Amino acid sequence: MKARVHVMLKDGVLDPQGEAVRHALGGLGFGGVDKVRQGKVIELDLADGTTEDTVREMCEKLLANTVIESYQIELS
Amino acid sequence: MRAAVVVFPGSNCDRDLAVAFREAGCQVEMVWHKDTTLPSGVDIVGIPGGFSFGDYLRCGAIAANSPICTEIKAHADRGGFVLGICNGFQVLTETGLLPGALLRNAGLKYICRTVPLIVGTNDSIYTSAYDVGQSVGVPIAHHDGNFTASDDVVAKLSDEDRIAFRYADNPNGSTADIAGILSENRRVLGMMPHPERAADEKHGGTDGKALFSSIASALTAA
Repeated sequence: MKARVHVMLKDGVLDPQGEAVRHALGGLGFGGVDKVRQGKVIELDLADGTTEDTVREMCEKLLANTVIESYQIELS
Repeated sequence: MRAAVVVFPGSNCDRDLAVAFREAGCQVEMVWHKDTTLPSGVDIVGIPGGFSFGDYLRCGAIAANSPICTEIKAHADRGGFVLGICNGFQVLTETGLLPGALLRNAGLKYICRTVPLIVGTNDSIYTSAYDVGQSVGVPIAHHDGNFTASDDVVAKLSDEDRIAFRYADNPNGSTADIAGILSENRRVLGMMPHPERAADEKHGGTDGKALFSSIASALTAA
């Protein structure tokens, strides 16, 4: 089984990289880009039967810094 | 007094930090990240700057989960002293020993230069040799030094006089110009600037030297 974890900076935490990407898009002539937030996707190949709770524990302990980041888990 | 300096793969200020401690009169032992015990009788643990584990995932995140960090947390919980510089500060926030987090610099650039810091408090073994409000020149060298914390946390740090150093001219976007903070018991200091790089005449400045000498005199007297 696989899990895909999306990690994003929380709303309200300034994202200087997203902001730089927004500027760059504007420079390329793409109008109307009001906001860009950049995050990361972490894909995990897991032993069958691994629970979402275990993946959540992985997120809390290591994959995300919950002071500044939020995460979402997709299992497939 | 005895200091332990932790070495992670990718640490690059470990020897500089050891020299600064030694010059101040400390007995220093290097500790590998896989070690599961600190040398007995260690008064202070130094977590050096560098790029532990290549800054993979997040700066300091993997180091914060290494075996030695369990011991460092236990040492801090017992009231032991911990000094984290640059990547060491990032490790301390990742372990939860200090609040907040260090984000990418607001200007997105890696910044390497000496900056003026304002001493925020001299109520700690790290800053007792400085005067509050004194300006000291200390090098910074980081890409992710933009301190961030909730308004509540920043207010608490300020109310409890735990902001050890502020930038005189904020180089990286840090909230409230914060360059270094103390733990609640004032025994854990995390700071982005490198006092160990301003501790010898040949460094071009010695404003960081007093930090190490005040640690040594406080812990030797204790």
